[in-house]
Amino acid sequence: MQPAVARTRFGIERRLTGRWLTTYRYARRNPALLMGLAILSALFLFWAVGSLMVDSSEARPLSAPPDLRPSLEYPLGTDRVGRNIFAVIVSGTVLTLRIGLIAGAVGISIGTVLAFVAGYYGGWIDAVIRGVVDTLITVPQLLILIIIAASVRGGLNVEQMGLVIATLSWTRPARVMRAQVLTMRQRSYVEVARLSGMSGPEVIFRELMPNLMPYIVASFVLAVAGGILASVGLEALGLGPLESPTLGVTIYWNIYYSSLLHGMWWWWGPPMLIIVLLFVGLFLVTAGLDEWANPRLRKRI
Amino acid sequence: MTTVAPLHGAGVPATGKPVLEVRDLRVHYDTDVGQVPAVDGASFSLQSGERLALVGESGSGKTTLAMALLRLTRPPGRIVSGEVLLNGQDLLKLDDKEMRGVRLSGIALVQQGAMNSMNPVVRVREQLLDGLYDHGIKLTKVEARERVAQLLTGVGLTPEVADMFPHELSGGMKQRVCIATATSLGPKVIVADEPTSALDVVVQRQVMVTLGRLQAGLHAAVVLVGHDMGLVAQFADTIGVMYAGKLVEVAPVAQIFGRPLHPYTKLLIESLPTLDHKQEKFVGIPGLPPALLDLPPGCVFHPRCPSVMEHCRGLAPGLREEQSRRWVACHLFPGEQVRNA
Amino acid sequence: MRAGYVIRRLALVLAVVWLAASVNFFVPRIGGRDPIIEKLLQEAQFRSGHLDSGYREMAAEYGKKFGLDQPLYKQYVRYLTDTVQFKFGASISQYPVTVNELLANTVPWTVGLLGVATIVSFGLGTFLGALVSWGRTPIYLKALIPAFFTLSAIPYYLLGLVLLYFFAFKASWFPIFGGYEAGTLPSYSLDFILNVLRHATLPALSIVLVGIGFWALGMRAMMVTMQGEDYMVQAEAKGLNERRIFWRYAIRNAILPQSTSLALSLGHIVSGAVLVEVIFGYPGVGSLLFLAIREFDYFVITGIVFMVIVAIALAMLLMDLIYPVLDPRIKYSAA
Repeated sequence: MQPAVARTRFGIERRLTGRWLTTYRYARRNPALLMGLAILSALFLFWAVGSLMVDSSEARPLSAPPDLRPSLEYPLGTDRVGRNIFAVIVSGTVLTLRIGLIAGAVGISIGTVLAFVAGYYGGWIDAVIRGVVDTLITVPQLLILIIIAASVRGGLNVEQMGLVIATLSWTRPARVMRAQVLTMRQRSYVEVARLSGMSGPEVIFRELMPNLMPYIVASFVLAVAGGILASVGLEALGLGPLESPTLGVTIYWNIYYSSLLHGMWWWWGPPMLIIVLLFVGLFLVTAGLDEWANPRLRKRI
Repeated sequence: MTTVAPLHGAGVPATGKPVLEVRDLRVHYDTDVGQVPAVDGASFSLQSGERLALVGESGSGKTTLAMALLRLTRPPGRIVSGEVLLNGQDLLKLDDKEMRGVRLSGIALVQQGAMNSMNPVVRVREQLLDGLYDHGIKLTKVEARERVAQLLTGVGLTPEVADMFPHELSGGMKQRVCIATATSLGPKVIVADEPTSALDVVVQRQVMVTLGRLQAGLHAAVVLVGHDMGLVAQFADTIGVMYAGKLVEVAPVAQIFGRPLHPYTKLLIESLPTLDHKQEKFVGIPGLPPALLDLPPGCVFHPRCPSVMEHCRGLAPGLREEQSRRWVACHLFPGEQVRNA
Repeated sequence: MRAGYVIRRLALVLAVVWLAASVNFFVPRIGGRDPIIEKLLQEAQFRSGHLDSGYREMAAEYGKKFGLDQPLYKQYVRYLTDTVQFKFGASISQYPVTVNELLANTVPWTVGLLGVATIVSFGLGTFLGALVSWGRTPIYLKALIPAFFTLSAIPYYLLGLVLLYFFAFKASWFPIFGGYEAGTLPSYSLDFILNVLRHATLPALSIVLVGIGFWALGMRAMMVTMQGEDYMVQAEAKGLNERRIFWRYAIRNAILPQSTSLALSLGHIVSGAVLVEVIFGYPGVGSLLFLAIREFDYFVITGIVFMVIVAIALAMLLMDLIYPVLDPRIKYSAA
């Protein structure tokens, strides 16, 4: 048998063993996952370095002279009302991510529970849950969220936005996972578990859950991406926490002050770039996780 | 032995040019840890009308070999070397277009299971005809209708089947449509890869009878891949035994069962349960087939061989002609080495 | 079995419509904002304390309409019956213009933009996706895959901003906003139509480019899965020519899940289009909604949301009814 020699791109041979070897091989097969994680790590780095450089208070209006182009003192310039845009981006990214994470986490929790209950117990419970999920998936999410967000007196803060989005973000994970639970339920190891006396919840936790981990994780990442998309959409329409410098609210102010027509590219460019990077990173990770969960898409054995 | 009539063909002419000749065919799989020799130097020849059955355990390379004959090997598989001569023409040297022309008209495939071999959204009629059209045959609407009806009745189905979709047919019916398709252009060789797996026993027999009848009518050769020794015994003229990617024995069916030469073949025959007397224990073959990545040196079977000699660990035996039309790859039978191995 | 399938789909549509109407009714009440009072207060502020007589009439009419003294369930029933007859009331900020009038003005613009954009992006994207999944396609086409990936990850309106900046602001190839040149009168002349098309190009492009990325990726994934199927091997074994295998065996099968995907994405597409219209000042339903949110013009908001949801539900129903034509297996299996 040939020794496990790994050839890197420049023809350098290195002897890798054990876990490093499996990781290396997997990375070669699954570039999407790696790239996605790389992008997200880069963004994290940006935030980490940035928060050392600026204070979040500088993201407030009137903390600097307005309409400044980027310079050494203000790396991304300032906006029309005197916010330090670099500070805005640094704190805004975190806030937007927080909304996404809240929406994703709550969504995934509700979705998983409902999926398991529906998929495992079947019968009328399944029919009801499936009906509700199908109905909710059909409606354009943003529009319902608009009604909810517009109706709340006094507007929403960051955490509340996350929760509002969570009211709908559970539907897609629920659907995906219900399908998976149904498939797995048929498998023999589930039968064996039941016959050996395991109770319903026990089977769910011990047998089904571990096998569903890739799908849960992938759904979570997607839910976070969806949450960010929804939040940016709502905020850009003016329904977000206007005092917070989240990415979507920044875009709202851009529209409000017509920054485009004033050529203030340093104001609308950065939030857009960060959003795109966030999405591309998250989608790459999802695609990578898909590959992990679905070996049929693999190109090599 | 059973009392049901066997499915044998009319017997094989011992002379004449072979319709199919395979020389030293090698098919490898590319994996992250190197190349795996799924088929390692297979050689055999078939006369017109002869029925060869390839048998062996799962992973022995029989399906890989069968698919390679049609050049249907898919990545990560790759045909590395060898020759596949169909009426003297080496199929491995043809370009893609020429090969497409040869498929179905010269050499045809009947796949396993028939679970999903047919396009689910297209009617049977079109699936019977599209092969003909793409081989340059032009038919008027009326001629097409007649042709389809002919093909269907030829396999024992009614012409109404033509307007149905595959999911409306039973497994046996689907398989018979596949046989009709495979024989529609009168190929010289039919490759059948476990055509009756996933069918119940009665239907299995119907399908094999149909296949046999059509094949005999065309005087075509058959390469049948299977691991149901009973079925194979009734249908085939010649049996090729495969182990770990190598052909270890090729012989007429009666001789394989009556006097198996290769130790593996012997163990295989002995392990078959029989209806003649009651068996207390079922005999298997001790050990497991080797992982193709980690083949033993010398003869691949030597770790499990009851007649292993010192010689066997060092040198791999090639296929040698032990008698007329009988080949074995074993050091116990040092006949002339006719084929390279 | 046919009837059962249709009935199930219809039931879903009704459920969706009812849900939309109910959300429209209950959520604002729970939220605690009262649009009429807010508007009145706004106006009062504006006119330094004096309320115009028109507003008194409006308040009275709506008070009667809602029967605000009536118990909640009665209000709900009245609301439902009104909604079913598409009586959405009048705009608060533009009283006495009715919501229906506003919709009639804006809906054709949106339908035109979205309809064309969706069809083009689905058609082109699906075809390109199928191409790049196929072994024989040249490498330079396959290099598009990362481009598809990036494009599909960008929200429509963000791409719209980029396009706006480069092609309308920096290089004045396209107008900056509007549905047509301000000041011109709408007519059926070729001039006007060209004018409209020029204005619609960038908004449409923002949707189309992102859409192509998304559909291409989806189709490619379906095609890759299809290529592992037994009938694909069979097609090769029959020596069929490549074109037939590509279109009749691969695409014909992959288009099925792709179509389902389209039906499910309609809501998402419409949601995204709202912001595109806002960015481009395009006079469609999206811009109307944006303005209505700014003013908290409650009846316009709910009217729009309801209509959009109904439209989407009907579109999905249509697709569901077409589906069995595409996939002959559906007639015989349970939903």
